[in-house]
Amino acid sequence: MSKSKDLTRRQFIKTGALLGGGLVVACHLPFGRRNAQAAQQGEFAPNAFLRISQDESITVIVNKSEMGQGIYTSLPMLVAEELCCDWKKVRFLPSPVAPEYNHTQFGPIMVTGGSSSVRSEWSRLSLAGAAAREMLITAAAQTWNIAPASCKAENGFVVSPSGAKLSFGKLADKAAMLPVPKDPQLKAGKKNLLGTPAKRLDSPAKINGTAIFGIDVQEPGMLTAVIARPPVFGGKVVSFNADKAKAIPGVRSVVAIEAGVVVAADDFWQAQKARKLLSITWDEGVWSSLSTPAMHEQYARLAETPGLVARTEGDAAAHLDNNPEKIEAVFEMPYLAHAAMEPLNCFVALKKDSGLIRTGSQFQTVDRAAAARVAGLQPEQIVFETTFLGGGFGRRGNPASDFVIEAVQAAKALGRPVKVVYTREDDMKSGYYRPMWYNRVEAAVDKKGFPLAWRHRVVGQSIIAGTAFEPVLVKNGIDHTSVEGASDTPYSIPNLQVELHSTANGVPVLWWRSVGHSHTAFVMESFMDELAHKAGLDPYRYRCALLAKHPRNLKVLQTAAEKAGWGKPLPKGRARGIAVHECFGSYVAQVAEVSLGKSGTVKVHRVVCAVDCGRTVNPDTIKAQMESGIIFGLSAALYGAITFKIGRVEQGNFDSYPLVRMSAAPRIEVHIIDSNEEPGGVGEPGVPPIAPAVANALFALNGARVRTLPMTPERVRSALKKA
Amino acid sequence: MIELKVNGKRMQTVASVDTPLLWVLRDHLKMTGTKYGCGEGLCGACTVLIDGKPERSCITPVGDVRGKSVTTIEGIPEQHPVKQAWLAQEVSQCGYCQPGQIMSAVALLNTSKKPSDADIDRAMSGNLCRCGTYGRIRTAIHVASGRKTARGGKKP
Ligand code: FES
Ligand code: FES
Repeated sequence: MSKSKDLTRRQFIKTGALLGGGLVVACHLPFGRRNAQAAQQGEFAPNAFLRISQDESITVIVNKSEMGQGIYTSLPMLVAEELCCDWKKVRFLPSPVAPEYNHTQFGPIMVTGGSSSVRSEWSRLSLAGAAAREMLITAAAQTWNIAPASCKAENGFVVSPSGAKLSFGKLADKAAMLPVPKDPQLKAGKKNLLGTPAKRLDSPAKINGTAIFGIDVQEPGMLTAVIARPPVFGGKVVSFNADKAKAIPGVRSVVAIEAGVVVAADDFWQAQKARKLLSITWDEGVWSSLSTPAMHEQYARLAETPGLVARTEGDAAAHLDNNPEKIEAVFEMPYLAHAAMEPLNCFVALKKDSGLIRTGSQFQTVDRAAAARVAGLQPEQIVFETTFLGGGFGRRGNPASDFVIEAVQAAKALGRPVKVVYTREDDMKSGYYRPMWYNRVEAAVDKKGFPLAWRHRVVGQSIIAGTAFEPVLVKNGIDHTSVEGASDTPYSIPNLQVELHSTANGVPVLWWRSVGHSHTAFVMESFMDELAHKAGLDPYRYRCALLAKHPRNLKVLQTAAEKAGWGKPLPKGRARGIAVHECFGSYVAQVAEVSLGKSGTVKVHRVVCAVDCGRTVNPDTIKAQMESGIIFGLSAALYGAITFKIGRVEQGNFDSYPLVRMSAAPRIEVHIIDSNEEPGGVGEPGVPPIAPAVANALFALNGARVRTLPMTPERVRSALKKA
Repeated sequence: MIELKVNGKRMQTVASVDTPLLWVLRDHLKMTGTKYGCGEGLCGACTVLIDGKPERSCITPVGDVRGKSVTTIEGIPEQHPVKQAWLAQEVSQCGYCQPGQIMSAVALLNTSKKPSDADIDRAMSGNLCRCGTYGRIRTAIHVASGRKTARGGKKP
């Protein structure tokens, strides 16, 4: 049985030493000799991705955070395929933070995001497996005194032409003495593991309560703390009185830090009970009058004026300005919370010349560097351990490292190890939201009703502005993540202009599963649907015509339509809507089947999804990610909104920020396109199409066009009146 | 000092009577399988069985559990059909909500041998899953009840 081994870096090195021999392959290409030599001395260098020990166990060190996407299984599969080992012997080990584990494409940082893990590690980990296989084969061939080329590796053994067998475990010591091949060759021919639905290696720990999430970290001498944060973003503590709070048994300390007032106690309950008894005077700062309706007005006014040009083809203005026939629409989407099931938390222990941080992070290098700055240490002096993440969705990869920095401040102020825990309300109210978006779109169509010109003005906050990534990711004032999915649309539109107004209003914003695509797909796919209906054409065929030069988009569209029975009759009161979108290197189409309750409640019964994500690793994980993305996107489509009143966030828990529940969850069918293309991402691409597919289905049902999310019963009823 | 029985073992806690059972389990008894998601009975992450009934431990003061029998995720045997079905259907994603989901499913199957979809909606809609594993949970419950085969097809 494959088992997880949640070792610390320290333990990892120690265990390596204890195990004595064994084979370590460093995968920071080109392979150096250093690690093979280190293994000879019974030492394991921390930049190894693979360890084979004499007990036949294969440990793959995974440099990506497991937040539900199954990466603790997919990456080991890449190694195991090339290694030709026995999959049942494979375990995973979360990697420490070290340069060897940096992203292969995103610069010198360890990061999990952008639906990039499989894509960016495919080659490196395949080569790691291949190199080890070649070394094992050579070790066996030398033992038998025959040519390596005459031997092969399979299922954990090297096999000679005469059928003699040596296991990987038995060969590990000898293989470790060999030079690491400079140019390992990948297996030719059929794959054994890749493309098959392997069981997730992390499942057993997740159903028996032993999987350790950040919130579960327990250390001797540790306090648990909650923080009273300012009621308004940018606020500061002026003064506080903690007399009553300190009277609660178990409360050890109440201290002010930059982020607010820390209440630390022996357990969580005492801390949060005491926090309620604090009296704090705040300087609310400049954002204390923030209000959603006022922001809305500001955005609408901006959308009337030209923005910075993100993309231009032909001359959209010539066809649109002073054109009385043009078709116009406004699409609006609110701020959204990530609302992972595990509220944010972070454990920190500081000593004079070292530190230990345990948390679920998507952004380890950045978080560790920030922690080091606050603690007055060097990053290398901090051991940063990644726990399981109870959901990430982008929230735990914050360039501002907010939840890590405040925990370090707290640990410093308290002088004791501390686990800072957010309540659900803290998690929902303390920011880093998907930005609110206002989109104005205009189109002019040709005689057949196909778009001749299209102008899309996007208004909203940049998630990149003000971060360390701004110099790289914002070009000529355009944050590409604000317009992605619109500025690079595959639809053939001869005159296209996409413009952007980046606003600044103090609300902390961040990437949120599928980033810019989470709003642009709704605009593109809803408006395309409107144009199709205006032209009197079938919205599915209309899209096919406009995507004729994009076979992968076309294929998912056709597959989803066909499997959903597009055009076939449905029971009375039901209708279908379709949407297609490409992002993160993958292509997804979805058909939603909806009905409408009396009060205006949208019910989604069935969703058929087709995905082309290129070559696959674990098809069951791909299906799961599509299911997940659809439910995640549906929560936003139907319920999600973060709003402000006198600077305060109006939502706090799952009563005011509802999520899709079992009773509202549609049946989902996922079809994976057989593809040999480059691998694409799967964590995010399932999200964007669902909102427009549902909105389009609603229109098909009763002519109600909902252009503002979420599709609340009130909005549906008012759209119905206009239908 | 409050005495309670957790997974068949007698345990004691010095926590104040108003402390929710959830925090006694997690912070005092160091059984962290039971999760915190909302603290208000809205998400089901903290579900445990109290005298066999599914309850939200985040809103159950430990004082009310005195002398009662509590079952947590740690007390469900590995071979339990619900856990086995969870593995067969690969339900877990991030996994954070799953202890609570499993406890609700165990409770459902204790009272209803072959629950219908409507029964599942009723029993499971108090358990949120941000990763959207609902479809697999539904199938897993049908499999555990013997209504469906592990492959998801209907039993003849
Ligand atoms: S934590 Fe108890 S119901 Fe959410
Ligand atoms: S598996 Fe992640 S919240 Fe349910």
